[in-house]
Amino acid sequence: MSDTGTAARQPATQERSFGGMQARSSAVLNETARISVRNLDFFYGDNRALKSINFDLPDRQVTGMIGPSGCGKSTLLRVLNRMYSLYPGQRASGEVLLDGKNILDDDVDVNELRAKVGMVFQKPTPFPMTIYENIAFGVRLHEKLSKAQMDERVEWALSRAAIWGEVKDRLNTNAMGLSGGQQQRLCIARSIAVRPEVILFDEPTSALDPISTLKIEELIDELKRDFTIAIVTHNMQQAARCADQVAFFYLGELIEVAPAAQLFTAPQHPRTQEYITGRFG
Amino acid sequence: MSTTSHTASRPVTDLAAMRARGARRGRTDRIITALSLLATAIGLFFLASILLTLFWRGLAAMDLTIFTTEFRPTRYGDESLPKGGLLHAIVGSLIQVAIGTGIGTPIGLLVGTYLAEYAQRTALGNAVRFVSDILLSAPSILIGLFIYQLVVLPMGAFSGLAGALALAIIVIPVVVRTTEDMLSLIPNTLREAVIGLGAPKWKMITLVGYRAALSGIVTGVLLAIARIAGETAPLLLTSFGNSVTSTDLTRAMASLPIAIYQQANSGFPDLIEIAWSAALLVTLGVLAINIIARVALRKKH
Repeated sequence: MSDTGTAARQPATQERSFGGMQARSSAVLNETARISVRNLDFFYGDNRALKSINFDLPDRQVTGMIGPSGCGKSTLLRVLNRMYSLYPGQRASGEVLLDGKNILDDDVDVNELRAKVGMVFQKPTPFPMTIYENIAFGVRLHEKLSKAQMDERVEWALSRAAIWGEVKDRLNTNAMGLSGGQQQRLCIARSIAVRPEVILFDEPTSALDPISTLKIEELIDELKRDFTIAIVTHNMQQAARCADQVAFFYLGELIEVAPAAQLFTAPQHPRTQEYITGRFG
Repeated sequence: MSTTSHTASRPVTDLAAMRARGARRGRTDRIITALSLLATAIGLFFLASILLTLFWRGLAAMDLTIFTTEFRPTRYGDESLPKGGLLHAIVGSLIQVAIGTGIGTPIGLLVGTYLAEYAQRTALGNAVRFVSDILLSAPSILIGLFIYQLVVLPMGAFSGLAGALALAIIVIPVVVRTTEDMLSLIPNTLREAVIGLGAPKWKMITLVGYRAALSGIVTGVLLAIARIAGETAPLLLTSFGNSVTSTDLTRAMASLPIAIYQQANSGFPDLIEIAWSAALLVTLGVLAINIIARVALRKKH
C-alpha cells in the first residue's frame, strides 16, 4: 500500500510537509483518531440539534454517518469544518480535536481549518470557470505555485479523482459543461487539490445516476489510503459498501458507532436494529 | 367528464347541453382574442407612429455635419449660410454619461453586494434597500435640484461635473437593485463550496460571486446607461447646456436631451429639424444598449 500511495502523493510530499504526512510516518497504527469529538452540543438558536456527541474519525478510514432526516448527521459534518459559523444563531460547544487542537476555539483560523478539512456537497458545485481554474482556485488560496507546479498539481488532483482521462483535452473549457457525475468528481478533485487531511462528503451521490454513484464509491474507497473520510448518506447499502466504521444518529444523539460489518449484522441497540431493517426512517 | 356513469340514462340532453356549452365557450374565446388583438394593435400603432415620425423627421437633417459641427444659429431659410450640428451635444452627453456611470456603478455595486451578502435580514439592510427603492422611483428633477443645492450653488456655476453627479445618483439605485438580485440568485451551496475550500468571504464574493452574476450585473449597468442617456430634467439644473463644444467639467456642458429641449423650443424650422436628429440619435443609442443588454443576458441563460 505505501508504495503506490507515496507515488500517487508525490506532488504533495515534495513541496511541503503537512498534517497528513506526520500521520503517515507515525501511523502504522491505523486506529489513531484523526478527529476526536468530545461532548459536542450544537444549537440552531435555542434548538439543541446535537446532544453530547462523543466519537472519533479513525485516521485514513471511511466513517459512514446514517440516520433518519433531521437526526443531526449533516449538522455534525458542518461542525467538523466550522461551516456553521457562516450563519449567525448557530453555535457549538464541547471539543472537536484535530491534531490535538480544539477547532471550536475562537482563535482558530477557519480558512486554514477548511484547507485541512475539505467538503464535497450533495449537489455538484462547479465554479463558473474553466476546469483548470476550478482546481487551481483552491490551491491559490493557500499556496503560491509556479505555472509548472500548478499544472502538475491540477493533473495530480484530477487523476486522483479519476476524471483526468475524461477532461485532459478540455481543461480550458467551462466546467459547467460537464455531466453531473463528472462535475461531482471535479468537486472531489478540487477538494483533494488543496491536500486536506480529512474530506467530508455530504450525501455525495444522492443527485447522481447509479453508474456515477458507483464511480464515486470506488473513488472514496481509493482515497481513504491517503485521506480520512466522513460520509453522510441516506443509502444504507452505500454505507455498508464504503464505510469501515458506521455511526447511527437519531434525534440529535449518537445511538451507536461500530465497525460497518458489526453494525449492519449485529447492532447493539434496538433503535439501530429497527432503522437498518427499515422499520422506521 | 366525471359524470360518465350518470349519463347513461339521459345521453341526448347531455350531449345537447355540452354542444351549447362548447359553442358559448368558442364565442367567448373569439371575443377575448379579438379584444386582445385590438389592444395590441392600438399600442403598436402609436409606437410605430412615434418611431416612423422620429425616423422620418430625424433622418431629414441627418448628415455628416450633424457629427462634425457644433451649434449654429438659425439660417432664416438662407441655404448659403453654414448648417449647424450636434457635435457639442454628442461630446457633452458622452462625457457626462461616462463619468456618471463611472461614479455610480462602483457605488451601486458595493451597496448591492452589501445588501445581498452581508445584510440580508438586518434592520440596516432593510432600511438601505427601502431608501434605494425610493431613489429608484424618485422624480429625476428632484435629483437635479439636490445637486443644484449641493454643487452648483457652492461652485457658483453650472458645470459638466454637476451634471455627471446628478446622473450618477440616478445610476446608483438601478445598479444596486440588479446587483442584489443577481447575487441573491447564486445558490447557497455554491457559496459554501467556495468557503469550504478555505476562502475568506470577500474572495468568495469577488472571485466566484461576481463571476456567476456577471451577465446580470452588466445588464443592469447597461440599462442604467440607457436610462441616463435620455435624462433631461436633472441636467437642466446642473450642466445647463452649452452651444459650444466644451470638455471643461467646471463649466456648463451641452448634452443631447438638452439640445433637443432648446432647439425644439426655438421656433426656427431648421433648428427643429436638428432637434429631431438629436432625438433619433438618443433613441438609436438607447436601442443599441438595450439590444446589447439582451444579447449579453441570453448568452448566459
